[in-house]
Formats: sequence, structure tokens, C-alpha cells
Amino acid sequence: MKAAVIVFPGSNCDRDVQVALRQSMGGDPIMVWHKEGGFQDVDLIVLPGGFSYGDYLRCGAMAAHSPALKEVVRRAAKGVPVLGICNGFQMLTETGLLPGALLRNGNLKFVCKDVHVKVETSQSLFTARYETGQALRIPVAHHDGNYYADAGTLERLEERGQIAFRYCAPDGTVTAEANPNGSLDNIAGVTNEAKTVLGLMPHPERLADPDLGGTDGRAMFDGLVEALS
Amino acid sequence: MSGVAKAVPDAATPVTPVLVAQHGLSEAEYDRVVTILGREPNLLELGIFSVMWSEHCSYKSSKVWLKTLPTEGPQVIQGPGENAGVIDIGEGLAAIFKMESHNHPSYIEPYQGAATGVGGILRDVFTMGARPVANLNALRFGAPDHPKTRHLVAGVVAGIGGYGNCVGIPTVGGEVEFHPAYNGNILVNAMTVGLAPADRIFTSAAAGPGNPVVYVGSKTGRDGIHGATMASAEFGEDSEAKRPTVQVGDPFTEKLLIEACLELMATDAIVAIQDMGAAGLTSSSFEMASKGGVGVELELERVPCREDAMTPYEMMLSESQERMLMVLRPGSAEQARAVFEKWDLDFAVIGRLTETGRMVLKLDGAVVGDLPIDPLAEASPEYERPWEPTPERPPLDPASVPAPDDPCQALLTLLAAPDLSAKRWVWEQYDHMVMADTIGRPGGDAAIVRVHGTERALALTVDCTPRYCLADPKQGGAQAVAEAWRNITAVGARPLAITDCMNFGNPERPRIMGQFAGCIEGMRAACTALDFPVVSGNVSLYNETNGQAIPPTPTIGGVGLLEDAKARVDLAFKAPEEAVVLIGETKGHLGASAYLATIEGREEGPPPPVDLKAERRNGDFVRGLIRDGAVTACHDLSDGGLFVALAEMAMAGSLGARIAPPEAAANTPLHAWLFGEDQARYIVTAAEAAPVLEAARSAGVPAAAIGTTGGNALTLAGRGTISVVELTRVHEGWLPAYMKAGG
Repeated sequence: MKAAVIVFPGSNCDRDVQVALRQSMGGDPIMVWHKEGGFQDVDLIVLPGGFSYGDYLRCGAMAAHSPALKEVVRRAAKGVPVLGICNGFQMLTETGLLPGALLRNGNLKFVCKDVHVKVETSQSLFTARYETGQALRIPVAHHDGNYYADAGTLERLEERGQIAFRYCAPDGTVTAEANPNGSLDNIAGVTNEAKTVLGLMPHPERLADPDLGGTDGRAMFDGLVEALS
Repeated sequence: MSGVAKAVPDAATPVTPVLVAQHGLSEAEYDRVVTILGREPNLLELGIFSVMWSEHCSYKSSKVWLKTLPTEGPQVIQGPGENAGVIDIGEGLAAIFKMESHNHPSYIEPYQGAATGVGGILRDVFTMGARPVANLNALRFGAPDHPKTRHLVAGVVAGIGGYGNCVGIPTVGGEVEFHPAYNGNILVNAMTVGLAPADRIFTSAAAGPGNPVVYVGSKTGRDGIHGATMASAEFGEDSEAKRPTVQVGDPFTEKLLIEACLELMATDAIVAIQDMGAAGLTSSSFEMASKGGVGVELELERVPCREDAMTPYEMMLSESQERMLMVLRPGSAEQARAVFEKWDLDFAVIGRLTETGRMVLKLDGAVVGDLPIDPLAEASPEYERPWEPTPERPPLDPASVPAPDDPCQALLTLLAAPDLSAKRWVWEQYDHMVMADTIGRPGGDAAIVRVHGTERALALTVDCTPRYCLADPKQGGAQAVAEAWRNITAVGARPLAITDCMNFGNPERPRIMGQFAGCIEGMRAACTALDFPVVSGNVSLYNETNGQAIPPTPTIGGVGLLEDAKARVDLAFKAPEEAVVLIGETKGHLGASAYLATIEGREEGPPPPVDLKAERRNGDFVRGLIRDGAVTACHDLSDGGLFVALAEMAMAGSLGARIAPPEAAANTPLHAWLFGEDQARYIVTAAEAAPVLEAARSAGVPAAAIGTTGGNALTLAGRGTISVVELTRVHEGWLPAYMKAGG
């Protein structure tokens, strides 16, 4: 499998996801600079976490207009899988590849901690290695992860099984206390209708190594490698 | 507004005695300026002397004392005097680190003050060729019920997070405390640790007359002019008016600057590099030339400016953030330009090195300033300020301190006290996991960060107990160093070196200077006894408002090494039915303790004496146990003593324990045994007590089995029990509730 990680000025989880991909792929992903519109063909594109362009406008808004991301949009339309983590999720909503928006956290504060997310569907490239209903422990680290979509969009997401993850208690129960940022319906991650594009606020690359205190994130990368190799 | 701003006068303004005084120079210092120049300075030159001779830049009051600290050891690659200290951590790698204060700006403008404090210390570290891998901070605020405290806590924490999170360097540890003596002067001490190849360390000594002097990073604006001078004076009623001297941070540009500098540092283009910190372009160009024994000529019209019509005075004294100055090898300028343009950063050749030994400043071809470099640096004032020793406090008999009706209730009170309460509300606002190498997260004795790509890890901590330093500066100074050493030891790491951040009141008062001298004396003794040299540091004086000084606060940042990152422990109780063993001697010292202050409301008595031989012996013993896999958990004993430490271990492991004093403690009052703050102590857990006790006996280390883990409560035999859930609720409750109460 070939994978590309798009690197924006201000990306800061690009190396972390590179390490996690390397662990699952057994080889290195290519690192693509945001100014490159014509990078080589790959089987998976990853948009990493960070503060692209400082996120001084809306998070991800500037990145959405970069040459690399315009190319990502073109390839996503052809079905190339795209994974957006944290700032990458914000970019995906800004480009319209995913519906909804990520607002400032409900309590207005940056939050960095382990949370639990419930796998809403194992029927995707990204979640194939998980069980539907399984609770994963994965960290979040963001200031703007408060997922919002209008009622109609939400209904469609629900109907089409596009909600990938919901914040939950360690036992998998979706509760208000388990929601770290005020996201509507505890939504932590969504896919496009074809389930080839996933955006999520939690960082699976941060718990993909037992030394870091957990490995629940690793199966996402292992599953992608298995599906795309 | 249009035209030239007149808020800061331009270089044609005549220099009057009033202006000299406004620049913080004494008459004697001004006379020295005139002698050095052989004439009166113009305003630009006066400004340069003012910042270079400010306390902040010159260390004029502290230098004679700082020189007495031990700074050498086989692990030391670079001691004090550069942007940061450098130590050898094996496998051809070096750890580069320093701590710095940003106290005055953070009080005036907490978000930007704290944010730029982080930015400044990051630059000190990556300037030397290191990729920053961890940030820590030590914060001290006024009393919780002081009207400004909540606002300052919120702003400082948001500022530290806002900067560190964006640059993508994890903030992995620190301390947060409250005391009314900080009401008018909070402390924001920020530490950065970086990693670099040991043979690729960059320094600031310029070399090669003719070589280009290059400016990179953000443009220069009118912010922060005279920040260094502000940091060298007491606050009065007008401190609010100093808000415009606080700089504004741009962490995104800092991130780009880190990446661009490290990219260029991988080539051979750079001769010398220096960040523009306090006193900006002045001190950076001056220091580079001075250290290299060369002259420098700058063409100020080439300086990238944010605003039109900036005067040379403004350009030279601006403390705009995220700027660096470099000297490049001949012919390297275009290669360097390409790197900085890739990262969309300003790049300008603004001058060259000369053989004149002078700093010549030109604007559009006309000389606007001309100063000799060595004489200015050498004549930098150095004072042996008068000092008086801190009077010794009479001893405090533990038996004279009333016993609590219910020791378990006293424990809950301590756990919910502002200083001892959980600081989760703070560190969950910091990204402490980015870079995916944080294997010991905040909340432990020392944070642990892997050395990327190796089996090694660094153990990092910041420590100080100001109430000890106030009671007895010498013991307090020694204790701060010993506690940093102990925290590193408690995770199994070998302590290597420290950075210090010396926060004190007005050094012109003998009582304050006595505190400084005492702390240094204690630190010197501890650093020597523990082979824990000082490799970098910072001094912040004049932390006073209307004559009210802060307690002496020599914050110590410690760095240790785990050669095998897997051979580490944390403080959490691991499994039921394990033995709980107390290492070290417990006399029940309650003087200057958290118990006395919190439960009795008394800040009395001498601090616990620091027996450095015992520290060394007990610590080396504990580290050996951890290395040999003989213990399952370890925790250093500090504020609140044994009972608080046990509660912390129970909460971390969600597992209780049953505790009883050993026979040897029969003559110690129970509350002194539980809450005394005797030094050189640890708690460990192990499957069986006997092997640990036996090993301790052989090593001559006091040790006693004091209980067994298990259940869901902490039980003090015969005196009561508290569920771990309740401990956690109380411990975690105070800070969020306090911050919420502010709306």
C-alpha cells in the first residue's frame, strides 16, 4: 500500500501519523508539501492534525484552498480513501468532502485527554478491524471539535450510516458526561456517503503503541493497510 | 494616525537627565557610558546601554553569586553562558534545556505574557540546533480569593496552551501554587527541553569579518520596546500602564521558524545564530559580536518592519517575537534564503561582521549609532550588593502542633487545598501528547518523554517550595534541588543536570539579597552533593509591588535519563496485596509544612533539614530497586507528607491500601508521622516487603513496611477509612469549582 501525508505549514501531528503508518505498513508514507498539487498516485491520503496556517481564520479554512488539498478533493471524487484527523477533519468539512462543521468547544477551552468513542459501524475501510458498538480509548487534543450539522443533514448522516464514532463512557454508553466538546449527538467522527472519506477529532495515532499507554488506535491503520494492499 | 509616531522619541532627541533616569540608568552608570563613548550618547545609544545594562540582560546584582554554582561534570557539554545548557545523553545525542521567567509581562497581560514566555524559551533551545520535545512550567499565583487571581490563572493557562499547542511541542509537566505574597507579582517560569546531535550544537559566537548578518522570522514592530527594562523594576500603582510593553506572540510563525532553522542547520550554512529575545536586535547582535570578538555593522533600513517610519531606536529596542539573527558562511545566503522563503518567512541580509570591534548602526548610509563592543560588555555593571542573612526561626516541636480530631478529615482538607489539589484543569488545556513520545504524562513525579528513535527517555520535573525558602533560604535552596533530583529518581531515571529560574524581590534591599545568597548557598551544596550541576538559568529580580516582595522562589528544572525507557515506574498502586514500604527516616517534621499552613493556618517553624548524604544514599538505593525491577510503584514524599503521598498513589491506581505506623514510629505523634515533611523519603510497593527491607538494611537505608494495598479505600488502622472515589472527588474538585465560580 502507498500512503501520502499532506504537510501544511503548522501541521504538527504529521510525524506522529507517519510513525503510526510506518508501523502498520512496514514502509514509509510519502510526505507531501502543501504547495504540491501533483503528487504521485497513492492508495490512501492522510490529513494530519495541527494548526495549518496557524488556524487564524476558521480552523482548516486556509488549508482547504491549498494546491495539495484541491488535488485531494479531486482524488476523493475518484474514490481514493482520505483520512482526516483533528485539523484534518476540520479541513474536510471546510472543503465540503464531509458535511457539518467543527465549532469552538462548548466550554471554550482546549481539551487534551483520553476519551472513549463508540464504533457506530464497522462497515468501512477505516473501522473494519473494530466491532460495531466497541468502545475505544483514544486521545483528543483540540480547541474546535464541537461537531455541528443542521437537523436535515444529521438525519441523512444517521440514515446512511455515516456516523463513524460517538463519544461514550468506557462501557460504550453514549452519555452527556462523556462528550468532551459539546458535539451534537456526541459525534466524534463521520464519513462521506461512500465511506471512503473519514474525519474524526480523536487521534488514533497517539494510542497505537503500548509504550504510550494504549493501542486502540492501531487497528485503524492495520485495517487500512489490509484493505488497501 | 499618520506620519512618524512620536510616542518613542527619535534619535535626534537631546539626552537629558530625565531621559537617562527614564532609561533606568543610575548617574554613576551614565558617567560610565560617557567615559566609554568619550562623548554624550545620542538617544539610540542611550537606549542600547539601558537595555544591555538592565538587570534582566546584565545580571548585575546576581552575577557574583551565580558564579559560585557548580556547572561542570562529565555529562555537561555546554554550561551557563549560551542560550541554553547542553548535556550528553548518550548515543551521540544531547539534551538542550533552559527555564526562563516571564513574570512581569504575565501579570500585566496574562495571555500574551505567558504565551511569549513559552515562545522565548523555545527559541533559546532551537537556536542551539535542538528540536524542542517538551515544555514545562512553574506557575505561582496570589491568594485564590484575591480579585485578580482567577483572571490571571485563566489567562496564563490559556496563553501557555495557546502557544505550546500550536507549535506542537507537548507541555508535559509543571507546578501551580497560590499564596497571597504573589498577589501583586505572579510567577510564570517556562522550561523547554530539546534534542540535538551532540556534535551539531550551534552557538552565538560570530566569526569571520565580512560574513553576512541575516535577519529571519517575523517583521519588527513597535511592541515590547523596553520590556527588559520593565522586567528590571518594581511594580507600583501604574503597572497597568505598562501593558503596551508586553509583546504579542505568533506561535504559527514560531513553528515555521523552528522548521526553517532546523532545515538550514542540517547544512553547513550557519556560522552563528542567536534569537532576538529580551532587548531584541540590540542584545542579539551585541552578544554575537561580543562573544566572537568581532565588530558588526547594521544597515537598519534593511530590517523588515511591520510599520512605516520606524526609528532606529524602535528597531533596535523592539521585542517583537519570533525573530532570529544569524551569521552565514560566505556564499550561503541564497541557499538560506531559499529555505526561509519555502517557509514563507522574512529573510534579509541586514549587515556584516567587521574587524573594528564596534557596533555601527546606519540608516540610509548615515551613522546613527556607534558603540565599542568590548568596553560596553566588560564595563557592564556588577554589584556586590549588601546582604543580610535571614534570621533563623526557632524550632517547632511537633508535639506542640494540635493533633487533628480525625486524620482522615485532615487528609481530605489537604487534598482539596489549592496547592495540593489536582491540577488536571490546567494540564488538560495543554497538549501533553503531541509528538507521540510522552510516556509519563502530567500528574506523576517526573514527566517522561522518549528520545525519539531510541530506547532512551528523559525524565523532566520543575520544583520549588517557596515557604521553605522564605523560612530558611539555604535549606530551601537545597531542598528545591533535592526535590527535583528525587522526582527524577522516583521514576527510575538518573538525574543529570538542572536549569534554575531565580525569582526574588528587589536586590537593592539587603534582606532580599540575603535570601538570594542563602538560596544559592543551599543550591550549591545540593548540586555538588548530588552531582547535579547547573547548566543554564535565568534571574528575575524586582518581583515586588509597593514594597511587598514575593517569597524567594528559586525554581529548579531537572533533567534525568532513563537508558532503558521500559525500566521505569509510576506512582500508581498496581495490584492488591502488595507491600507498601516507606524509604527514609521519618521524624515528623511539621515546621513550615503544608499541614501547619493549611490545617492550623500557621506559617511558622524552620523547614525540614536537608541531609544531602541521606538524599544521595536513599535515592541511589531507590533507583537501584527500580532498575532491578524490584518495585511496582514509587512516589516521592513532599508537600503534605506520607498520608498525602499514599492518597496520590491510591488515586492514580484506583486502588486502596491499609496503613499502620511501624513500631519505630511509636514515639512520633501520629499526625506528625502522617503529615510531617521530612526529606529524602519515598514510598515503594512490591510483591513482598522482605526483599526490599533486606536490601535496604544492607544499603544502610532506613525502611519500614507500613501497609498493604487492596480494596477501594485508604484505611488508617484504627483511625478511619476514606474511599478512593471520595479522595478523588475532593482532590479533583477544588480547581474546576474555583475557576467556574468566576463565571
